[in-house]
Order: sequence, then structure tokens, then C-alpha cells
Amino acid sequence: MAVLGAGHVGPVIARLALDAGFEVAIAASGSPENLELITQVVMPGVEARWAADAVAASDVVVLAIPLHRFPALDPAQLSGKLVVDAMNYWAPADGVVPMFQGQELSSSEIVQRRLSRSTVIKSLNHIAYQDLENGRRPVGSPDRHAIGVAGDDPGAVKLVGEIIDRLGYDPVLLESLGAGRVLQPGGPVFGAVLIRSEFERAIDTTAVQA
Amino acid sequence: MKTFPLVLGLDTFGDHEHDAADRPLSHAQTIRNVVEEGVLAEQVGVDFFGIGEHHTDDFPMPAADVVLAAIAARTKRIHVGSAVTVLSSDDPVRVFQRFSTLNAISNGRAEVILGRGSSIDSFPLFGYDLADYEDLFEEKVNLFAELRKGGPVTWQGNLRPSLHNQDVVPFAEAGAFPAWIGVGGSPQSVVRAARYGFSLMLAIIGGSPARFRPFSQLFLQALEKFGRDPLPVGVHSPGHVADTDEKALEEFWPRWLNIITKMSKVRGFAIPTMESFKFEVGPRGALFIGSPETVAQKIAANLTILGANRFDLKFGMPGLSPDSVMKNVELYGTKVIPRVRELLAESTGRDAPQNHLQPDLITQSDA
Repeated sequence: MAVLGAGHVGPVIARLALDAGFEVAIAASGSPENLELITQVVMPGVEARWAADAVAASDVVVLAIPLHRFPALDPAQLSGKLVVDAMNYWAPADGVVPMFQGQELSSSEIVQRRLSRSTVIKSLNHIAYQDLENGRRPVGSPDRHAIGVAGDDPGAVKLVGEIIDRLGYDPVLLESLGAGRVLQPGGPVFGAVLIRSEFERAIDTTAVQA
Repeated sequence: MKTFPLVLGLDTFGDHEHDAADRPLSHAQTIRNVVEEGVLAEQVGVDFFGIGEHHTDDFPMPAADVVLAAIAARTKRIHVGSAVTVLSSDDPVRVFQRFSTLNAISNGRAEVILGRGSSIDSFPLFGYDLADYEDLFEEKVNLFAELRKGGPVTWQGNLRPSLHNQDVVPFAEAGAFPAWIGVGGSPQSVVRAARYGFSLMLAIIGGSPARFRPFSQLFLQALEKFGRDPLPVGVHSPGHVADTDEKALEEFWPRWLNIITKMSKVRGFAIPTMESFKFEVGPRGALFIGSPETVAQKIAANLTILGANRFDLKFGMPGLSPDSVMKNVELYGTKVIPRVRELLAESTGRDAPQNHLQPDLITQSDA
């Protein structure tokens, strides 16, 4: 797994993935040297790499960069990859990003359009990083929290659902990136910590069971 | 080995107070009450009084330095500072001048805690673009670090006009005043604080404080890497102290629910439930609410876990009455602080927990 972004969210996802048995590389803008100390102390076992190298060696890429940096990302670099979009567009807090402003489409649909040669899945975006860290539970725990997984490719949705399950969360699968709108800021589950039944009730839609 | 004294402070955001009949006081009265809270804080033995810049009806506190100057004029011992100054939407030269002036007035008791501003109201007010949030902070911290060195400043950036051999007055009497960077949850921000030689203030406002433990270690190692001496690590968390746990919770919860519900509309985070609140109030959460004993136990435990030598309790909440806020200040000074010192002396044999996560590194860089 390659995690792009080493702000609040990226290191937490990297650590969770490492704990779940994945081989994980992390990249931020610029040289991995700047990240080495951070990986050693905050996520030992995760490898700091150049973004291009981390992506090339990965089966799945998690995008955890600030959304306003996304337009500068080279789509060719992610070509052919399964990409988990953990980013959010929330102009009141993060400023206006023209590519995402005033669009009918969900933010992940816009990401998919730009990454036309990648398979984009929206997930890991709606739960606060501190809750992400504390919330992991074994399969079958009554208080296991749910994380939504939305995408247009059913096989990829299923695969990312399995990853979410391994990280320690109940995946709730949504049938399209458009349906993933419910996971966005201002939506019914954004920022909330919910178990599967509460989550499904909140999004009030027929989610495909994992 | 370098050690830092234990510092126990209070922070306020100028939380808009209500009278006993729950009618809002004027902004002006709330500000005058904050001055009284600062004066009382000194009388009851609090080490630091911090005021966080905000620009809303709930937190009418845009000019913290002016209020701090009023407190400084009426006190002798307590340190006064920002918590935080939103540097991204301010001019570093002006911030430096204002806090240098406060340092002069207070006879060397001024501090500044710089933040990017998780409270973002200042951006539209002063015409800054939130999309530049990160770049603005990086560049302005860079300039602020130059200013702290003293002497004429020559500096060039992209977002602010450059300076060439420029005097910035008032000159310091005894070196630069202490400067901190407030950090939420980004390890890159921790490394930046170390790179520029600012102390680290961990703002822990939700979730388990223990997850910040690697950050103190990262900070120490980063200081070492940049060839700097060890610097203090502090923790800032919200809370409320009353005579009993029940009273503290009863006073705090409805105001907390109200303010977080309002902020969730702008900031996108979840509205608290009684369940999530109970977690935050409990031993593994980030809210320090209860009787003096409850709060003291939690502060002592977390300072030890985090390897920090300073704790600043963010007290008050919009809608609380001046009586309950003053009571909080009094109990914090007279009961919580002595108890924390006692608990830490019992557990370590000294009055401040030391950042012993990497003792070899501390010793090395101090040698």
C-alpha cells in the first residue's frame, strides 16, 4: 500500500495498514529524507519513499493529501492503480478549489474523471483521524465501527471493503461514487462514529452487504 | 541532563459569558471579566494565563494582546501569552512588536503560542484565502523565527513584502520571549516547530491524549537532528473544574453540546452524543472535567504519559456564568495545581515529569 500525504490522516492510515499486515510506503511532497524521522518515530515499519516509487511498487494507493493539492498531482503517475480517495472538499474550512467548486458531481467522481486510467474508490474520508486510530475492533465486536466504501467498479469496491475489514472496521459498500456523496462533509455520516446498523440507518439507503 | 520546571496554566478564548438568568452579557463585559479572571489566576497561584484569538459572537476576543496587557499591568508574577495567535492571518512583524511590547509592560512575562488557526474566522475577515493556509503559516513562522533572533532583519518570502536590514523595536532586554507552536495532529508540524526552535504545545481536544506520545519523542529527536538543545513540551486541553464531578459535568455539557453543534456546521465534525462525551470525560479522553481531584489525577497521568512539563487547561465555555468561571479559576489554582504537583512528586520524586523517552539523546545534546 502506498499512502500519499503525511499530514494528520496519512500517518494514521499507514499505521493501521501496517498493523493489519500490509507492506506500507508513505510519501509527501518532496524528498523521503524529510519524512524519515517521522516514519521512524511515529510509524516505525512504514517506509518513506518518493511518491512515484511508492506508487509504482504498490497494489493500492491511498490519497490523503489536502484536496487543494490534488490538481497538481500527475494522473499518469497513478495510471492503472486502485486508488482509495480519502480526501474531502469542504470549502468553508479549507478554501475554494475551482476544480471541485459548484459541481453536480461528488468530489470522488471529479477525482475519478481526472484519474481516468485509475480505479477510484471513496473511503476512509468520513471518520476523524483520532477516531480512526482508537476505533479498531475485531470482527464480530458489537461496537465495531462502520466505514463506507463507494465506487463504480464492484470488484474494486469489494476489495477495498476487505481492506477496511482487515484494518478493523465494518465496511458498508455503496454501489457508485455518486452514491458516495453521503460520505462527504455535511452528509449524514461525516465525522460521526457509528456501528453498521446506525450507519445504514443514517445513510438511509440499501447498502450492499459485504 | 536538561530539565524543565512544571508549568500549570489556564487558557481562555474569551468565551461569551451569560448571567445567572442565562442572558448573554455584552462582549465588553465578557472582556472585562477575562481581565478579572487573569488577575485572580495570579492570586491563586496559576503559572500562566493564555488568551486565544477568536472573532465570533461566541468568542469575542480578537485582540488578546490588549487584554493581556491589562492583566500584566495588574499582576507581578504570572506569565501572560496568546493561546493561540493565528499567525497565518496576521503580520509576523506586528505580532512580534505587540508581544515584545507586552513583554516590556510585564517585565519579561510574555509568551506567544503561534497557530495556523483551526478557528478560521480570521481568514475572510482579513482577506486571506483558506487554500493558502499551509503556505501562509510556513512562511510567517519562518519570518517570526528570524525576528526572534534580534537585530536588524533581512528576509525574503513570497506572500509578504521582504525586509532589508530593518530594525524591529522594541529591542529585547533579556533575549527573545518564549515562543511555542501549537500543533494538532500533524507530525510535519512537530518537525517544523523543532526546525525553527519553537517549543511544542500539543493541542489535544478530542480522542485519547496518549496517541500524542510519539510526538514528544519526535520533537526531541527532531531538535537533536537540527542541532538544537531540548525545549519544553506542553499540552493544551479543554475542561471545567467545579466542587464536584456532577456539578462540573452539569455546567459544562449543555454549553459544550451547543457550541460543538454550531461549529460542526462550519467545520464538518460530528455533533457530540452523551456517549462520546462520556468517553472524552473518562480517563482516556481529552476533556478535563470534574472535581479538583478528578482533574488533577487526569492532568498528572497525561503529563507523565506524554513526557510533557506543562499543562494549560482551556477553561470556560460560551454560556457559562462569570461565577462558575471564576470558581473554576479559583479551584484550579488552590486545589488542582497543588494536587498535580503532589501527585507528580509522589510518582517521580521530582516536581516535573521529564521527557525521558529518549534520555540518551537529551544527555547528548546537553553535553
